[in-house]
Amino acid sequence: MDTPNSRLRFSLSWQMLFSLLMFGFMYLPILVLAFYSFNESPYSAGWKGFTWNWYYQFFTDTRILTALGNSLVVAFSATSIAAILGTLMAVGLARYQFPGKGLYQGVAYLPLIIPDIAMAVATLVFLAAAAIPLSGGTIVAAHVVFCLSYIALVVSTRINGINPHLEEAALDLGATPAQAFTKVLLPELAPAIVSGCLLAFVLSMDDFLIASFTAGDGVKTLPIEIFGRIRTGVKPDINALSVTLILASGLVFFVAEYIRYRSEQKRLQ
Amino acid sequence: MSQTAIQNQRSTATDTEFDVELRKVYKVFNGETAVRGVDLGIRRGEFFSILGPSGCGKTTTLRLIAGFETPSTGEILIQGQRVSNVPSYRRPVNTVFQSYALFNHLTVWDNIAFGLRLKKRSKAEIQNRVDEVLKLVKMETFAKRFPVQLSGGQQQRIALARALVNRPAVVLLDEPLGALDLKLRKEMQVELSNLHQELGLTFVMVTHDQEEALSLSDRIAVMNHGKVEQIGSPSQIYECPQTPFVADFIGDTNLLHGKVEGAHPEMLWIVTDKGLRIKVKRAGDGHEPTSGSAVISIRPEKIHFSLTPPSDAVNCFEGRLQTVMYLGTHMHYLVELVSGDQITIMQPNVMHNPPSVETPIYVSWSPLDCLALSTN
Amino acid sequence: MAGQSPPLSKQPSLDTEKVLPKWLEPLFLLAPAGIWLGLLLVIPTLLIFELSLVPNIRPGQVVNPSGLDNYALIFDDIYQKVVLRSLSFAVSTTFFCLLLGFPVAYWIALIVSKRWQNLVLLGFVLPLWTSSLLRSYAWITILRPTGVVNSVITLLSSMTHLTLPPLDILNREPAVLIGMTYSLLPYMVLILYASLEKLDRRLLEAAADLGATPVQTFLKVTVPQTLPGIAAGSLLVFITCLGDFVNPELLGGASSMTVARLIYNQFLGATRNWGFGSALSMILILAVSIAIALLIKYGDAVPKK
Repeated sequence: MDTPNSRLRFSLSWQMLFSLLMFGFMYLPILVLAFYSFNESPYSAGWKGFTWNWYYQFFTDTRILTALGNSLVVAFSATSIAAILGTLMAVGLARYQFPGKGLYQGVAYLPLIIPDIAMAVATLVFLAAAAIPLSGGTIVAAHVVFCLSYIALVVSTRINGINPHLEEAALDLGATPAQAFTKVLLPELAPAIVSGCLLAFVLSMDDFLIASFTAGDGVKTLPIEIFGRIRTGVKPDINALSVTLILASGLVFFVAEYIRYRSEQKRLQ
Repeated sequence: MSQTAIQNQRSTATDTEFDVELRKVYKVFNGETAVRGVDLGIRRGEFFSILGPSGCGKTTTLRLIAGFETPSTGEILIQGQRVSNVPSYRRPVNTVFQSYALFNHLTVWDNIAFGLRLKKRSKAEIQNRVDEVLKLVKMETFAKRFPVQLSGGQQQRIALARALVNRPAVVLLDEPLGALDLKLRKEMQVELSNLHQELGLTFVMVTHDQEEALSLSDRIAVMNHGKVEQIGSPSQIYECPQTPFVADFIGDTNLLHGKVEGAHPEMLWIVTDKGLRIKVKRAGDGHEPTSGSAVISIRPEKIHFSLTPPSDAVNCFEGRLQTVMYLGTHMHYLVELVSGDQITIMQPNVMHNPPSVETPIYVSWSPLDCLALSTN
Repeated sequence: MAGQSPPLSKQPSLDTEKVLPKWLEPLFLLAPAGIWLGLLLVIPTLLIFELSLVPNIRPGQVVNPSGLDNYALIFDDIYQKVVLRSLSFAVSTTFFCLLLGFPVAYWIALIVSKRWQNLVLLGFVLPLWTSSLLRSYAWITILRPTGVVNSVITLLSSMTHLTLPPLDILNREPAVLIGMTYSLLPYMVLILYASLEKLDRRLLEAAADLGATPVQTFLKVTVPQTLPGIAAGSLLVFITCLGDFVNPELLGGASSMTVARLIYNQFLGATRNWGFGSALSMILILAVSIAIALLIKYGDAVPKK
């Protein structure tokens, strides 16, 4: 029978099938990496037996561990600086009207849209022109630029959602403007600042282009190290590294989501 | 008793009977004048309301008192001290916000303790005062909850408690009951009135709800277009409006435009644009016009009507019933007079057979029950 | 009792209070980020603009702006091909993301029950949280001559006794397209979902009520209603592809030179020409800015990621 109902059910099933196929597409590369990370043979596509060997190799590879350490330090420093600057900026932009605000805002959110390669090039040229030697510090400085934009973006959406009278209420109860900021506005913005920082941290950890333009020869971050290795062919220990990183970021993601969920539940019960 | 404790608190002696004074206050926002020359004196311990339509400047006036805005010109005094340039956190006033503005990251208890903690009061004192005020607003059992877990009425009580716990000289209320539904609003009106009487604090409330203002306030200021049109007790505002705006805004009224034809120390005669000759008893308060154009205001419930001409023919006009509306406790009639003027009449629902539409009738009112107002 | 505490202590100092100047607070909030952005974004961009006007400059030479030669170089045959290839990658990827992403977003937004929507959506975009390098690397493992795809093909041909040709697409353009589509599909789904989720379902019922077939309803109601989302998603995918370096570099081999790779080569690669690289960067920035300006002018709201 060709009732509207049966047609609906039909269309329902093809969209679901297609979506499941796309889920497969999204997870295929990750599953493939996981599969090979336990495969004894480094080059064959077939299964040649289970091994922890690649994980052992990767965990004892000091170059990779140093690079990972560098990446964590860079991401942590850049995110911390950007959290302060970005939050202040988002609050300032929400609160004040001033001539040139449009320009300021345009520049502030520019890193969200301009390609990494262009930012990387511009930063390199600037550092060369100012004769600043490339180092870990220059990577941090460059990463703060885009981390700042992402954090400000997330925080400003939250600012738009909170009661505009909250700070006035604090002032009214005897808080100085500084106290109103730290005791009321910051706690209200905290969830947004945290998720903005998480996003910025992941982006900083993931960045290859800007880091490789601003790092010089001395400091290697993890993406630079990985890039150098995979350009020269398939490395099974990279499989093990990938799986470990995917699990780690998956874990961070779920912990973050769980905390967010819990804090919402606590307030909404 | 706990209430007396709070009452004692507020006897800070100053040389003026006013807790809040505004002198010729103007406030201009980006070229738009929100408040134009407001003069107010709010007496110690009174429940004062600022009433007006939206955009009349009433909320700006309240924010000027609270210190969220600074006046463009003019002076604001709180308990005799000039505060025009004192920031809000140094003023002895506390505000109950329209949207409550409770801190979502703090529990009810911490919300209320917020002000006391900033003033560095001792732990024991904070504990006592917060518990005391929670009892006052009947919310003891909700101390550990977060604001979003409360209903609108409960949030409103917490907002009130958070202001009262600081024992301010003046409590400012910005449309405090605006977000509540009708039944809850009535309940809270009673509680607000009780709280005011128990604590004896000065309350300044902004509202657009005239019934709320009339039932709660000792005195009311009616504002329109940034100006105070009239200040007076609820009955003065209702019975003796001084401007056509106040007459029209408070309650229902019939406004008839006309010109003064004759003035007598006791009486005024006014002829309306459509030719009615109306006799008005002078109130003698200096607000009536004695020549030129005038507006007559007659409350619908003060108008009588009958099917036969009444014996006393003062202010009696012939007309035809246009519509009859049944309102339960009242009947509402719309009458078109022979002159063409339309008059609304409100009568208690006592007639068993109300006249039907198109019936010719006679309307009349006493010269005591109508007012002549000048048209600015 | 508490009532014995001293009266309002705020009072004595009421009028002597000093108020900080009004401009101090905005300065405190906006200046730090402003200085950082000015130093590391605005000045660098102006610098590469200046540099782009110097032909054949190498590190250490004196900057002496002298003309648009670097920009003219783009019209050279070789470079024109590179620009066109970049554009065609961006356009094709946008097309594929839209084609593959729309049914998924539609399914999540309109068919999956409200309870599960967020979880399903999170599940779909979760691979975004993994390193982009490693995702491209995974595709190398899948697409290389001895990789997963070809193992499956070999297996199939031995089972069916047909001789299926091995798939040799790594280091060619199709591999780049697969990698880019894979990287950007989650963004497209996120943005389309945001737009479809706001769609009023009663509109669909109204269309059906007025006699529209499901296909007609889709083309005449669903698509026009979600057009702002489609535009925003397409633009995001398009500009991200235009600047993508990792996918063409790792999956495309020598044959798929793109603008981003060309810029990289001018600074860190074999052919060092900072002036030309700066000119290409300026063009990239300009192209992206124009695209955004068009969206802001013609699209309603831009849902952000």
